Amino acid sequence: MQIILESGRTEKNYWRDLWRYRELFQVLAWRDVSVRYKQTVIGAVWAILRPFLTMVIFTFIFARLAKLPSEGSAPYALMVLAGMLPWTFFSSAFSDASNSLVGNASLIDKVYFPRLIIPTANVVVALVDLLIGFGILVAIMIWYRFSPSLQILLLPIFVLLAFLASLGPGLWVTVLNVKYRDFRYVIPFILQLGIYVSPVGFSSRIVPENWRLLYSLNPMVCIIDGFRWCILGGQTQIYWPGLGLGLAVIAFFLWLGIRQFRKMEKTLADLI
Amino acid sequence: MSLLIQADPLSRMLQDSQNEVAISVANLSKRYFVGHESVRRDGHNTLRDTIVRHAKNFGRKASDMVRGRQIIQGDEVEEFWALKDVSFEVKRGDVVGIIGRNGAGKSTLLKILSRITEPTQGRIMINGRVASLLEVGTGFHPELTGRENIFLNGAILGMTKTEIRKKFSSIVEFAEIDKFLDTPVKRYSSGMYVRLAFAVAAHLDPEILIVDEVLAVGDTEFQRKCLGKMRTVASEGRTVLFVSHNLQAIERLCTRGILMQGGALLYDGPVSQACQHYMSSMTTWNSNSRLELHPRQGDAHARITKFEVLNVEGRPLSRIAAGEDILIRIHYFAQKTIRTPWFGFALITTAGVRILNTVSNDAGTEIESIEGQGIIDLHIRGLTLAIGHYLCNLAISNSRGTYHDYLTEVPLLDIIESSNLPRSRTYDQSSGIVFADCQWNVIRH
Repeated sequence: MQIILESGRTEKNYWRDLWRYRELFQVLAWRDVSVRYKQTVIGAVWAILRPFLTMVIFTFIFARLAKLPSEGSAPYALMVLAGMLPWTFFSSAFSDASNSLVGNASLIDKVYFPRLIIPTANVVVALVDLLIGFGILVAIMIWYRFSPSLQILLLPIFVLLAFLASLGPGLWVTVLNVKYRDFRYVIPFILQLGIYVSPVGFSSRIVPENWRLLYSLNPMVCIIDGFRWCILGGQTQIYWPGLGLGLAVIAFFLWLGIRQFRKMEKTLADLI
Repeated sequence: MSLLIQADPLSRMLQDSQNEVAISVANLSKRYFVGHESVRRDGHNTLRDTIVRHAKNFGRKASDMVRGRQIIQGDEVEEFWALKDVSFEVKRGDVVGIIGRNGAGKSTLLKILSRITEPTQGRIMINGRVASLLEVGTGFHPELTGRENIFLNGAILGMTKTEIRKKFSSIVEFAEIDKFLDTPVKRYSSGMYVRLAFAVAAHLDPEILIVDEVLAVGDTEFQRKCLGKMRTVASEGRTVLFVSHNLQAIERLCTRGILMQGGALLYDGPVSQACQHYMSSMTTWNSNSRLELHPRQGDAHARITKFEVLNVEGRPLSRIAAGEDILIRIHYFAQKTIRTPWFGFALITTAGVRILNTVSNDAGTEIESIEGQGIIDLHIRGLTLAIGHYLCNLAISNSRGTYHDYLTEVPLLDIIESSNLPRSRTYDQSSGIVFADCQWNVIRH
């Protein structure tokens, strides 16, 4: 095995290297998950409580006070939860990934490995939270005696989409975070806005028809719609132009994130 | 089979010579940018100066941010070459010690070789699997148990899970922590922590091992064990690059020494020669003229501007006869009034052993406050040192221990043979660092 180190040399076998380090990815992901659920007794409870309470509040505000319609005949609370799950996943994956490099500064400063592993492994924690969230979903479905249709089998596709959607901007922000530490204060603000800009508490169908395509520029719209389509079954339809646009936006951010990340990767140790 | 090998000696030779070089470094340079606040000589700033400076600063930072460049604190940016045109080659099986003062570029070199940071110029070729150990216990997580941390740390250092599982029991045995295997490491004593961390590292199985100053931690017993382990690794024909301040360890472990100074390679050759060069470079490095350039820490409210070593007659000297009193005169400059400052001084050997530590306050000298220029004397009496070179640490701090200025490993003086002492009392440092009035009495024979 021969390695050549030179300034500005892009590594030819970067992706193969990434594959070689897959065990480190597993170990780091396992570390992040087990640390999260180890000390905090409320670790798991938190993963249940957060989407559940938000669901209750959103249902009260949007269905009772604002009297917004649900998707078809689906219970409003179930519709909110179906949007809440991908949103909670996205927001924790995005904010965890954004802080991951700064949080692992001691590793970056002392050991070599493809840095892409750190933010990606961090997203796995959010994935575990999502699995726990599905537990509530099942409980609520039983409560409402709501039986899902076969479409629910396609849900993993949208989970993957949500994963990619959070990874793209996450990668970008995490390197920016190393350079400009102020970014960590911006992220909670963006996420706070995001929950109202995305159709979490309401159905995306209440958006006027001629604004709908523009609204789909927000990649979370197609993901939340997809989740609802899978979970609520025949009660909703997929808005195809919106899905296409959403995919394009996700792909763009993923490309941008990976590009910026790779560009900065080699100088990370000097900055951190 | 053997026939086949003998039949083709030429291609085998070719292969051997190809494999012979483990690391080849050519014209390696590394540049950093450092920023600092410009300070006016008289120590006073006007509001206008401050506003102008901040405005300039803000402009530069904004343009850096737009252009995606690194943002540098302070209003003066300076280029700093941590490594300059370094070239050397390491053969397979070489055990190389890298020595040099703080800031000589050793750690930067290791970081580049470990692929943590990129060179600015030059080219490096590495043949073989590299494991680098720049810190003991990298990535240890306090919440996780010893067992979990073995897997975590092992994976971080580049071991596979099967590899770790295979070596698990021997790691636990080496670390002597089997009783606490399932305790979170945050409850470990610092000794146990270091033992576990080194045990994992010691079971790395690379072709090239890069080790930075990791033996400076842990108790002596364990240090000996670690050195033993390193010697085994070295004797197995693996390539080792080893950085340490512990010259004895370097001399015992390595066959070849590389001496670095100011980012450049000063000497490359047999290890004993390299160590000797290092020792003598310590003294030719006239401390006072270069004190400005010496790496320092602290908030710079007060600075040590100069120091002198005086003999009993008050004459400045850099060589003092063994057993004589030593007077150290420290010149300082305080930018503003500092209440109850403490002056600190530590005497250390070139191998990094701290011999003496004294703080003005502990010694009973309360200083009410300092401002502007001043001089303070430290008198050391009744200390007989072995012949050789000595360094010192100098510090000014406030009474809460926050450093205003902190200089480490400043070359201080040479102790030379004294005509007043019997020959037996003037050994060099290898037989002991200090001498006292010792008397042997035979009680029974």
